[in-house]
Amino acid sequence: MELLRNKPGDTATTKVPALDLPELYQCVHCGLCLNQCPTYRALHLEPESPRGRIHLVKAAAEGRIELNDRFKEHIYLCLLCRACETACPSGVQYGRIAETAREQLGPPGSPFARAVLNFVFTRLLPYPRRLRFVFNLLRLYQRSGLQRIARSLLPGKLREMDSMLPTVPAKFYYPVTSILPAIGERRAKVAMLNGCVMPLLFGDVNEATVRVLRRNGCDVVLPKNQICCGALNIHNGESAAAKQMAAIVVNSAGCGAAMKEYGYLLRDDLAYRDKAARFSSLVKDTGEYLAGIGLVAGLRPVEMTVTYQDPCHLAHGQRVRAQPRTLLQSIPGLKLVEMDGADRCCGSAGIYNLTHADMSQHLLKEKMQAVTATHVDAVVAPNPGCMLQLRYGTQRFGPDVKIYHLMDLLDRACSETDLTPK
Amino acid sequence: MNREDLIGELKNIVGDRFVLVEKEDVIVYEQDGSIFQVMPEIVVLPGDVEQVSAVVKLAKQAAVPIVPRGSGTGLAGGAVPAEGGIVLSLARLNRILKIDLENRIAIVEPGVINLDVTKAVAKDGFFYAPDPSSQAACSIGGNVANNSGGPHTLAYGVTTNHVLGVEAVLDDGVIVWLGGEVPDTPGYDLCGVFVGSEGTLGVVTKVAVKLMQTRESVRTLLAIFDEMDNATQTVVDITAAGIIPAALEMMDRTTIEAIERGAPVGFPRDAEAVLIVEIEGLTEHTDRSASLARAICQRNGAREVKLAADEAERQRLWKGRKGAFGAMGTLAPNYYVQDGVVPRSKLPEMMRRIAAISKQFNLRIANVFHAGDGNLHPNILFDMRAPGELDRVIEAGAATLRACIELGGSITGEHGVGLEKKAYIGLLFNEADLEAMARVRRVFDPDNRFNPAKLFPTPASCGEIRLQPAQIPAGLWI
Repeated sequence: MELLRNKPGDTATTKVPALDLPELYQCVHCGLCLNQCPTYRALHLEPESPRGRIHLVKAAAEGRIELNDRFKEHIYLCLLCRACETACPSGVQYGRIAETAREQLGPPGSPFARAVLNFVFTRLLPYPRRLRFVFNLLRLYQRSGLQRIARSLLPGKLREMDSMLPTVPAKFYYPVTSILPAIGERRAKVAMLNGCVMPLLFGDVNEATVRVLRRNGCDVVLPKNQICCGALNIHNGESAAAKQMAAIVVNSAGCGAAMKEYGYLLRDDLAYRDKAARFSSLVKDTGEYLAGIGLVAGLRPVEMTVTYQDPCHLAHGQRVRAQPRTLLQSIPGLKLVEMDGADRCCGSAGIYNLTHADMSQHLLKEKMQAVTATHVDAVVAPNPGCMLQLRYGTQRFGPDVKIYHLMDLLDRACSETDLTPK
Repeated sequence: MNREDLIGELKNIVGDRFVLVEKEDVIVYEQDGSIFQVMPEIVVLPGDVEQVSAVVKLAKQAAVPIVPRGSGTGLAGGAVPAEGGIVLSLARLNRILKIDLENRIAIVEPGVINLDVTKAVAKDGFFYAPDPSSQAACSIGGNVANNSGGPHTLAYGVTTNHVLGVEAVLDDGVIVWLGGEVPDTPGYDLCGVFVGSEGTLGVVTKVAVKLMQTRESVRTLLAIFDEMDNATQTVVDITAAGIIPAALEMMDRTTIEAIERGAPVGFPRDAEAVLIVEIEGLTEHTDRSASLARAICQRNGAREVKLAADEAERQRLWKGRKGAFGAMGTLAPNYYVQDGVVPRSKLPEMMRRIAAISKQFNLRIANVFHAGDGNLHPNILFDMRAPGELDRVIEAGAATLRACIELGGSITGEHGVGLEKKAYIGLLFNEADLEAMARVRRVFDPDNRFNPAKLFPTPASCGEIRLQPAQIPAGLWI
């Protein structure tokens, strides 16, 4: 029994108390996460697995390894898809471990890339007007013919990145009224996150979401002055109006997952933690919410065969899997075919598709192969990041299928209902 | 050959990317699913059998130990490189090479995940029978090394009953087939020798496995008990009545608590024990046996006996059962799982002894096991960081194994001996037994470089076998 761990003196460097998380000691390294991890499946290297990364963080916390570049590579190759959390019998919250390690390490990439990201996160996303300005410019670039000229001039890598740019639609979604009343019998009053990028790139989805909610008896409140995810900021969430809300609905899985975790994020903030926890308890994914209250709008047939891609932050982050499928199956004429690995990450993962293009493209290619095998007309993925990635996937790898948000199809099915207020 | 040369040569064989030497890489391979840790110097991931052969030859030339590794889910330290050296990960050898439904066999590489074999043939109505709890992650190669079982061992047997042949790389790099694709190959059953050899004889690079036809009907009962004794007596009575369930599993209150805390499936938290009784076969048979089993449960005072209403409910019960080990993390940072076996009729007595051991050493023990086989898995829960606790845990573990042997059983059912039980194997075999086994080992591994320091007890108690450290040129290895 001389081979047991925690040998005294087995330290190479200083301990890192900030990494010594209780979650680490909940992992008994059983390995059940390995085969569910996209990066492990691709590489078969254990340092690129959840168990491996947890062990690395633990070793760093104990001062057995340094927080060097190699360590950082392992931590950042993770997609944070949290498929391992679904697989874990001990309920280890891997996401918290990985995020804490990243905080400790700082952002990846060259100083220039870090400066750009920092600018985007702190100077752009929280300011809707600036964001709108940037997207207006982008739209101009794409529609003026400048993009075509640029593509012929740009070097390979930049051209590749340019080809991944989503097309900015003609219309943004910023409704003039902030309260949109229920159609038919009023059943609930909900607040909705318009989001930062959603109204710019997926204004049509937000519009569809509002219509679906209204047609199913919801007064929809779109609070003014929303910013990125902090959108309905917690203080507003506590305002008198918000207290009457049945729910705060979110149609973007990433934002929903983050908002459900405000309670955890602000756990040390004495002034806000209770409010944050209450706020988080109100947050619901749109599909989750609608399946919960049940559809009352009449549904007309949508003749289509679709497959459903589980967004990671919905399936793994929020444990919402059955509800969107139930809603899809309630649409007459619509046939749902499951694809292999529906809850496996498509490789979008925020900006991962830019920071780790090779791995991202590898995962996307596999995803598109799985889609091809289902012979469907469309893929439904209720999250903007997945939708962009899958759209890019249809261009690069095929098959030529449509990519929809769940709300797109529900809207189409509900659209018989008269929208005129009564 | 010095260290740098060896690394250079290895990189020539498998490519730079698949030779790991940095501490931030190899440290991950210092553990498996057990409580042991030893860091390897080098981790190599070959991509085909020729590369495996070349690596094995090179390791012989350099006189470095070589430890084959599958998914690293083992519970006895089998994949932990006890004497350092090279960990040979077979994770990249993960292709299903052939599926022959007419002859009901598949040929797979060792890195193929157990469950993926079943997934590949399920749509045609077949499955691969051995189903360890870790089947969603463990590899066929690891299963072969440990002769792994699983809940359905009761009806279908363990890995060795489902392996027809293996391709293996021997000590000198020669690639051989042992056994074949048809049953009953003449000569020594060398395939049988390899199955369960824990990586001490060579490296398995292909496995010919049997496929079984999915049963027409399956009935799964969950029986809930307020007394442990009643549950164990039920197990004895079910088998005595001539019912052979496909699986007969037991979980105690502590295990239920772990599962329900981690990834809840709805087991009753106030029960002292639950049994999962699964019966497979023709509908007439399963209905009759299920109602007989139900009656036996009720006669023994089961509070409730529920029949899984549909496949989803059945899957949920199994998800809970198969996640039980991993869920121990919700109760304590560490667990030390035992793998003892007792004759079924001794189960009630054995459970009473475990309860006494728990009390004596003041340690929480969670029991989850293949009751139908009498294969126990007491999990001793502890915290490695608490001073002195580990010593108590090891003593309690030894007391459990001694109790198994006293009751006419064995020290391992399916997890293998590995590092964990090599100190206890002498309790089960005498010196002559061990020497006979050591001679077999020496035939295949004369230099004692394949997974050294495993399986056999320390040299003092074991005839001529000498578990010497690999002979590494002085000054080249730290």
